[in-house]
Amino acid sequence: MSEILEILSENARATPAEIATLLGLSEEDVAREIKDLEDSGVIKKYITLINWEKLEGSYVFAVIELKVSLQRKTGYDSVAERIARFSEVDSVRLISGDHDLQITVRGKSMKDVAFFVAEKIATLDGVQSTCTHFILKSYKEHGVILTDRPKPKRLVVTP
Amino acid sequence: MKQHQKEIHAFNPESYVASTVKAMPPSGIRKFFDLVNEMEGAISLGVGEPDFVTPWHIREACIYSLESGMTSYTSNKGMPELRDRISEQMKREAGLEYDPVEEILITTGVSEAVDLAFRATLNPGDEVIVPEPCYVAYVPDIVLAGGVPVTVTTRLSDLFKVRPEEISRALTRRSKALILSYPNNPTGAIMSREDLEELADVVVENDLMVVSDEVYGKLTYSGRHVSFAQLEGMQDRTIVLNGLSKSHAMTGWRVGFALGNSALVSAMTKIHQYTMLCAPVMAQVAALEALQKGEDGMLAMKHEYDLRRRLFVSGLNRIGLDCFEPQGAFYAFPSVKETGLTSEAFAEQLLKKQKVAVVPGNVFGAGGEGFLRCSYATSREELIEALDRMETFLKGL
Repeated sequence: MSEILEILSENARATPAEIATLLGLSEEDVAREIKDLEDSGVIKKYITLINWEKLEGSYVFAVIELKVSLQRKTGYDSVAERIARFSEVDSVRLISGDHDLQITVRGKSMKDVAFFVAEKIATLDGVQSTCTHFILKSYKEHGVILTDRPKPKRLVVTP
Repeated sequence: MKQHQKEIHAFNPESYVASTVKAMPPSGIRKFFDLVNEMEGAISLGVGEPDFVTPWHIREACIYSLESGMTSYTSNKGMPELRDRISEQMKREAGLEYDPVEEILITTGVSEAVDLAFRATLNPGDEVIVPEPCYVAYVPDIVLAGGVPVTVTTRLSDLFKVRPEEISRALTRRSKALILSYPNNPTGAIMSREDLEELADVVVENDLMVVSDEVYGKLTYSGRHVSFAQLEGMQDRTIVLNGLSKSHAMTGWRVGFALGNSALVSAMTKIHQYTMLCAPVMAQVAALEALQKGEDGMLAMKHEYDLRRRLFVSGLNRIGLDCFEPQGAFYAFPSVKETGLTSEAFAEQLLKKQKVAVVPGNVFGAGGEGFLRCSYATSREELIEALDRMETFLKGL
């Protein structure tokens, strides 16, 4: 049921009991539904959205666009899956437009990321070119505005 | 200094306040407002407005209009594009035809529209039937318009719907109008088409006009809101009042609409043009954007209220405050009768001991005694915390 997913996508820690209350369902039904969603791979993982920029010296992120030559039979898949196996790589997406793949890479420093791309990605068979964009500031991630100001106050009691 | 011969009386400003205004009781929520305002760490369930900020695209449209220099008066009745849009929407959603030129007036909030509806229609001594508990402004507005409010009580046993027998009992030869406000503030009750149809018979038999405040109409959680004007033959008898304050989180913009027969809307427009001239242009621009592109954002907010409604109402019943299931607006109206406390005593003690602010039901009229109005237009975390504190409070009684 997508309503359960909507709630979990906002808060991975919502318990079946809490979700059941919100939706007017039984806890058992919600738990079963979540189990099914996990088993079928719709729910992949429960993660925490962290604003790394608040931590000094944490990580550097980059978006890298790649031009890739198509492989006979496997298309983009073999290159993409190969890239995806690197733990430095956060995401790999096939995109439309000037480039073919867009990946995000996480590293300890800009140098780290640059060398990783130069050594591991650019040298792969099938990768024709790379274009690295370092992320300088993040304004919004996963639907959450990171730079938001405090909410304006309402009157405390109104008719 | 020159000496005056004549004795000069000191000016006494108090004596200049009109007697109708003097006689008006102060708002029952003032006391709570002051208490909560000075309290650290209080959770307020006393707020009669959304906790969402107006969706960004609406604010952005207003900013753009200001940048483009849209700062002039609009026509008295409001921007033609906005009236056209409202007309189209009423046609699409309620199947009702309103001429945007003659039958729609844009007001400065629904509050102004309520005031206009009474002032434009009441002669001195005309009676208006007011089902209570209800929004706090109806009775004073009727009195200021020279009318006489005749209150009738809606009951929990009727799920706070207005019963035709109650209306009949309140009728006199001076009865002129009935005010309806469903979904209801403070109870969260709604009235279905069938419920309204029963009323329509009494309305027609007694030749009453109906002022129908439907500002919470979009926030109906079971089925679809039915306007009183949708009932057979009721459109001309009804002044429909609506706005975007609650549905689109736009309370501070002050923009509302009145729809009705051209004779009534023209009469309202006369007063409006001499008092307000027109609703603020920036608010009208924002309202137009909200009506054109705000449907998804509105539905998302409504969905969140619905989740909170289930969370909060089941929570109230779990901790021992009986609460019927509200089907509209964003209020729960639990009973405190079993505690033996009055609404006011309960609310005051709850605030002082556990720092949770609610509004005692009696503020909304005699029928509200024994109940509390709790707004669930506040975050889920706060609602859960408020329930915990209320449970602790109940255990300590």
